[in-house]
Amino acid sequence: MTDAAGLALDQLSIALGDRTLLVVDHPVGPGEVLTVMGPSGSGKSTLLAHVGGFLDPAFRARGTVRLDGQDLAPLPPERRRVGLLFQDALLFPHLSVGENLLFGLHPKLKGRAARRAAVEAALAEVELAGFFDRDPATLSGGQQARVALQRSLLAEPRALLLDEPFSRLDAALKSSVRALVFDAVRRRAIPAILVTHDPADAEAAGGPVVTIGGTP
Amino acid sequence: MRSILIAGIAALLAAPVLIGLAGVVLPAVGYFPALGGDALSLQPFRDLLAVPGIIPSALLSLATGLAATLLSVLVVVGFCAASWGTASFAAMRRLLAPLLAIPHAAAALGLALLIAPSGPLFRLAALPLGLDRPPDLLVVGDPLGLSLTAGLVAKEAPFLLLVALAALPQAKPARRLRLARALGYGRVVAFLLTVWPTVYRQIRLPVLAVLAFASSVVDVALILGPSTPPTLAVRLVGWMNDPDLSLRFLASAAALLQLGVTLAAVLLWLGVERVGTRLLRAAIHGGRRGTADRVVRQVLPLPFRLGALALGLGTAMLLVWSFAGYWPFPSLLPSLSMHNWMRAAASAGPPLRTTLLVAAMATFVALVLVVALLKAIRARGGPMVETKTHLPPALLAAVYLPLIVPQVAFLSGLQIAIIALGWTPGLPLLVAAHLVFVAPYLLLSLADPWFALDPRYERIGASLGRSRPALFLRLRLPLLLAPLLTACAIGFAVSVGQYLPTLLIGAGRLPTITTEAVALAAGGNRGLTAAYALLQTALPCLVFALALALPALRHRRRRGMKPA
Repeated sequence: MTDAAGLALDQLSIALGDRTLLVVDHPVGPGEVLTVMGPSGSGKSTLLAHVGGFLDPAFRARGTVRLDGQDLAPLPPERRRVGLLFQDALLFPHLSVGENLLFGLHPKLKGRAARRAAVEAALAEVELAGFFDRDPATLSGGQQARVALQRSLLAEPRALLLDEPFSRLDAALKSSVRALVFDAVRRRAIPAILVTHDPADAEAAGGPVVTIGGTP
Repeated sequence: MRSILIAGIAALLAAPVLIGLAGVVLPAVGYFPALGGDALSLQPFRDLLAVPGIIPSALLSLATGLAATLLSVLVVVGFCAASWGTASFAAMRRLLAPLLAIPHAAAALGLALLIAPSGPLFRLAALPLGLDRPPDLLVVGDPLGLSLTAGLVAKEAPFLLLVALAALPQAKPARRLRLARALGYGRVVAFLLTVWPTVYRQIRLPVLAVLAFASSVVDVALILGPSTPPTLAVRLVGWMNDPDLSLRFLASAAALLQLGVTLAAVLLWLGVERVGTRLLRAAIHGGRRGTADRVVRQVLPLPFRLGALALGLGTAMLLVWSFAGYWPFPSLLPSLSMHNWMRAAASAGPPLRTTLLVAAMATFVALVLVVALLKAIRARGGPMVETKTHLPPALLAAVYLPLIVPQVAFLSGLQIAIIALGWTPGLPLLVAAHLVFVAPYLLLSLADPWFALDPRYERIGASLGRSRPALFLRLRLPLLLAPLLTACAIGFAVSVGQYLPTLLIGAGRLPTITTEAVALAAGGNRGLTAAYALLQTALPCLVFALALALPALRHRRRRGMKPA
């Protein structure tokens, strides 16, 4: 069990004071997207904060979270290698598009030219070739979402946490960005947790769905 | 560990005040072994009460302090109520930084030149009135302290407007005004009833700081205040600086009296607040809409604008006087001369260097302390949490302590403590004394933007595998470049403006451009004084300009980094 690849939420429960916000007990296999649904305030984002290592100490978590067999609890956020995508792209506004990607690019790739080439390739992959020197604030919402995805993938995450990443996009963009993200998850064979209140997201993710907070 | 760091820095901020207070209490009751006082006695207080005019001095401090604070608050309320959301409000907002950058001493000197009987206003009046010499009027230094009060209002109202501006968004002015006006209230009444109470609650500590400052100010009172008798703080500093060390007993008793005066002012102010609350409540119960407010809206912003105009004209007067040669009375312009600037160039170098050095060092040390403090406060909540962080109340109290206890009272005690310890006044002590005032302002200016930065940036950074130092250096600091530099500029300006710490802790051995300008003012050489006051003004203005220009230049191609 502990050697299993992927993400395992074992008897995980998170409480605030006496109130238990959520209980999740579910494995997420490589290339699989677990969709967590629930009304706002149900603690969906709290679950992601816990897996990412950012849980507010006011909350109490029990149970374990394992990634590829490794217990995440003792690891600080920067050692977990768990990528984050929010509903805002949150590109660093003081850096260019390319510098945002360089910030994410895994440090094992050495050499200025090689790193630049890797970033250019990542941009081309999402049809943003030549955008290296652009100001992120001048990009459209869909373009920003694609840069944010590439930024997190360049760090070579072992899992992805998706916090309603499509909710700010209009309908036409939504499906293309969705496809891009889920495709990346499948191709890299990493587990992902998607938090959303849009049933269409869950359907597109095609994986198991758990509902928390209130009646299912 | 983090709590220890926070408590330690808070103690560091509060300690000089407490040590300083101990340093005046002991000599005030006769205990000062270094000067032969080793028995407790009430003699210093008896001596103090025997000083001619000491009670009028104390009452003058109380009255000018209260009047200046009340008028400053009213001027700011009137300005906000009548013009919030208008173009002229936005324009004044942009003018605030230069108004605040003018040091107190320079502002007072400029105002003195503006309203003096030999100043431009009387020169303009001379022609129609047929005057051929300045009228024999005591305008500057009038016995009631009216010009002192007016000068304080002109300088403190912009400060209160600044803190009110910071507090305004939380009062949701646009929504509340819309709501109140939909119920039929006029703009001014709607603002006073629905927005101002929330704003005032948040700016209470700064208002008290203004009150403490105005009731114990020395440099402005030396320049604009009366001399027969002067305010209590002015007399107290005279005794502190007297070569006759035995006057330290008298000075300590006066410092305690000053504390009492400021405390009385605070208590009276609490009464003023109650009256204000009553009036507002009565207005709400009465339900009058105040819709016919067209004239009121024209009049209410005038006092604030007049004060701003006076500060601007005063600075212009400094410029004119610094280039003035011969300037007989009714002429509107003097003959041009470089004489004052040549004299300033010959003598201003060392004090300028000291000013710059002390301001730079105090600002740097304050910045390091404040950033360490803010980091520790945020980290206490856990790594990069999303909960809103604030300055802990105990820390806020420690921060405001040096701003609310009258400077002159605890600095006198610090000087006595330094004498008692046998330390030599020098640059390190002077920097430390400035730090006591620089650090609080730097912290107050930086705390909000520091806590307001979206924590998700650092979360994303961490999820990308970046270390904490990398997140700090490559995300937080560059993202906060503009507020960091603004906070430094404020700290720098606070240091440049300090008169008393330099005078009392530097013990006259480390003159700065500020102490020299105030000293020159007493000598009557207007041209040279004006040149020094302009130099004093130029330093903070230059630093503020840099603080605005550098981030704009650095991020010129980043639209997301434009100030809101």
